[in-house]
Amino acid sequence: METEVSTIINWFLACATNDVPENGGACVKYRDEQIAIFNFSRRKEWYATQNLCPHKQQMVLSRGMIGSTGDAMEPKVACPFHKKTFSLITGECLNAEECAIKTYPVKVQDGRVYIGVE
Amino acid sequence: MKTGPGQQTIIVIGNGMVGYKFCEKLVKKTKSFNLIVFGEEPRRAYDRVHLSEYFNGKTADDLSLSAENWYEENSITLYLSDPVQEINLAEKKVHSRNGISLNYDYLVLATGSGAFVPNIPGIEKEGVFVYRTIEDLEMMKAHAAKSKNGAVMGGGLLGLEAAKALLDLGIQETHVVEFAPRLMPRQIDSAGSNLLQTKLKELGLNVHLNKNTSEIAGGHKIESLKFNDETELKIDMLVISAGIRPRDELAKLAGLQTGTRGGIMVNEKMQTSNEFVYAIGECALYDNMIYGLVAPGYEMAEVALNQILAGEKAFYGFDMSTKLKLIGVDVASFGDNFITEPDCRTIVFEDTHKGVYKRINISNDGKYLLGGILIGDADAYNMLLQTVNNKLVLPPNPEDLILGARGGEASEGAGVMSLPDTALICSCEAVLKSAICDAVNLEGVTSVDGIKKCTKAGTGCGGCVPLIKDLVVGTMKENGVYIKNVICEHFDYSRQELLDLIKLHKIKTYDHALDLLGRGDGCEVCKPAVASILSGAWNDLIIKQDTIQDSNDRFLANIQKGGTYSVVPRIAGGEISPDALIVIGQVAKKYNLYTKITGGQRIDLFGAHLNDLPDIWEELMDAGMESGHAYGKSLRTVKSCVGSTWCRFGVHDSVSFAIQIENRYKGIRSPHKLKSGVSGCVRECAEAQAKDFGIIATEKGWNLYVCGNGGSKPQHAQLLASDIDSETCIKYLDRFLMFYIKTADPLTRTATWLNKMDGGMSYLKNVIINDSLGIAQQLEEEIQHLMSTYHCEWSEVVNDPQLRKKFTHFVNAPEEKDPTVAFEPLRDQVRAKEW
Repeated sequence: METEVSTIINWFLACATNDVPENGGACVKYRDEQIAIFNFSRRKEWYATQNLCPHKQQMVLSRGMIGSTGDAMEPKVACPFHKKTFSLITGECLNAEECAIKTYPVKVQDGRVYIGVE
Repeated sequence: MKTGPGQQTIIVIGNGMVGYKFCEKLVKKTKSFNLIVFGEEPRRAYDRVHLSEYFNGKTADDLSLSAENWYEENSITLYLSDPVQEINLAEKKVHSRNGISLNYDYLVLATGSGAFVPNIPGIEKEGVFVYRTIEDLEMMKAHAAKSKNGAVMGGGLLGLEAAKALLDLGIQETHVVEFAPRLMPRQIDSAGSNLLQTKLKELGLNVHLNKNTSEIAGGHKIESLKFNDETELKIDMLVISAGIRPRDELAKLAGLQTGTRGGIMVNEKMQTSNEFVYAIGECALYDNMIYGLVAPGYEMAEVALNQILAGEKAFYGFDMSTKLKLIGVDVASFGDNFITEPDCRTIVFEDTHKGVYKRINISNDGKYLLGGILIGDADAYNMLLQTVNNKLVLPPNPEDLILGARGGEASEGAGVMSLPDTALICSCEAVLKSAICDAVNLEGVTSVDGIKKCTKAGTGCGGCVPLIKDLVVGTMKENGVYIKNVICEHFDYSRQELLDLIKLHKIKTYDHALDLLGRGDGCEVCKPAVASILSGAWNDLIIKQDTIQDSNDRFLANIQKGGTYSVVPRIAGGEISPDALIVIGQVAKKYNLYTKITGGQRIDLFGAHLNDLPDIWEELMDAGMESGHAYGKSLRTVKSCVGSTWCRFGVHDSVSFAIQIENRYKGIRSPHKLKSGVSGCVRECAEAQAKDFGIIATEKGWNLYVCGNGGSKPQHAQLLASDIDSETCIKYLDRFLMFYIKTADPLTRTATWLNKMDGGMSYLKNVIINDSLGIAQQLEEEIQHLMSTYHCEWSEVVNDPQLRKKFTHFVNAPEEKDPTVAFEPLRDQVRAKEW
């Protein structure tokens, strides 16, 4: 998933593709941040978001289940704590009034996963 | 004839559909025989079932069953237009009309049948035909060009086919003359016949019943039919279709045994009275019956072949159910179509406005479908036939089978998928449901034509084509079917249906289930639901598919505030040795864990980092402990009071029984968590009546209570059985638990499950104790499978470096723990920081 974002200055090498389970997530450390990476292998897509669930401030989104919803098949992640779901594209909360989570562009090259950071 | 050394010769007499099928099946199995075929007709075997399509634009070539070079390619010697005229059984030799004489090791008679032509004065006149071969059709076609009024003698299945041919040939006025008081006397009853007659009349076919033809009148050419009742029908063309006559003259001449009314007598091996001579198809008389359909003929071919190859397959009669479209009208009969009360109960639906007649015969206990008749609308035929053949238990309102479910809850299609794997879909080619589903799943077949190529299903009589279509569509799940109680937007099935399908298709992974039965990418609702079903069906190691599990099952521990996990080793029945207590204490100290006794008499260790979980478990397991499955939707704990071993009131040893039960059902995944308790006397210190299943000692044995729970809506368990011994108690528990696992909706505790159950406790009692559904043995076997495949998930992880690797917080810094985890002091321990 490469998104055209002009502000990206730097692709951070996060991990190897096989570090992230198929159709699941893993957490990577970037400086003092925690970023959740999702290997949506069913759709051959990759996503990255913040690891913190805004609902109860828990560092757990990477351990959530991913899936999609609606006719548009919006990709989403569900927080393992209380199953709040967030769009993997926009970061918007899909089933509650929580604030949106941050999403990051991802690119995959030669078995390596890069996250676009500002 | 070039036969190799030791090569045996099989001669097939007759090159019809069944004779051809024999050759096809043989060369597929082995090419070690020298195979020779004699045919009377001038062309290669063709599809006689769809003969009338010859008038719909199909050519003789279209109808041919094989490509031109098929016989050559398979090294089969084919003699056309050359009937065998003599068989010498003693010398094992045949002589053909063209003077070919050959020896055989095995002889297969597939001479088929001819039209039965009654001995009526005038039968030899010009304009009188039979309807049997392509040559017959060509002659009919030539004559029809100058004919206006035609009739078919015989109102059976073939007669009506022939009448259709006359309509297709453009005969202005077409009649059907039948001796019996109704049409298709072997398939349908008089009510059905009346309706069919009305329908056929609308389509331009005049039906005359109870007509006994006395003379075919005219000069050189036919001019009319004269009947016994002094009436007359003016026609200039007549097709005789008064039945078939087995072609047994050659066999008779050779001295083989034949029936008094025709047919070459065969045993269940398809052997005639001479052991080296077989007879198959419409010429064969088995158990005083001629099987005038293609499917049993194919089955006979298979049997004969198998016998020649020294197999043990035998023929024991055949289902003669039929479905066909006659001049645009569906007509079908299946199973025991004519059985009447009091031997059965009959449900009849008749709609003369739309021209629909349906009759089903059900067993007196209302459980099984025995047979029936469908006219005007035979869409339900395949499903009904399957219901008969597979002895599927009928729904409570069997009339729904012919009327459709009323009240807006259609469940078409689901029926097809619920057929057992072994359901025979295509009886002509003996193709099972599993083969068709496999073709879709494994070969990627997406159409009926593809299935025909891949499995040959639907290439015989074609009657199963609608069923194949439903199976393909159902399997591909291309069109969603509305079924109430669906799991989520990705699966149009209830949990119970999904479980059945997953077992049926032997689905082992979530992705396979989604591809086959669902749509989209799945979600946090269906993933753990399917994971639970997969566990209930196969009991594979859940961590193999970790990303479809709820977080607790993914990491085999309970996620707690702050993102840490808690650890619960199994302490069966609440009994623990001092040594184990010491180890738990040491582990808790080493990893800075908070410890507490749980409500279920176990010890919970809180505040473990994800990274530490494998190490913690390794130490616990070294001391002989195992997973307590506190993280799973499965049996948690069987609480016990101390019972008769120490308590002065105790009646039985409740602790030993609790331990036995906990170890029996540990690890089994269920729709929701399961809690249990065993009390040693009526004082009920283990609070067994607040559990999903609870056992209380009595003077005479045990009382078994089920479907209680604490929680937000407490509910007392209800008495299932009283004063039973330990063995019976366990037997009932086996059944009860498996029934719950199979039928409850996701995340439904036993109390809610019972509350929603039609018939409530008395129904449940009937199922568990009286085996009212006849599934008790199955339930016991299924749970036995789950018990025998038990594994401690943690020992699998601890001993597998790859699995251990999953327990890291940062994949790019595996040694580092989550730095945001924080604790606060609490009394002498720690607690998670408040959120």
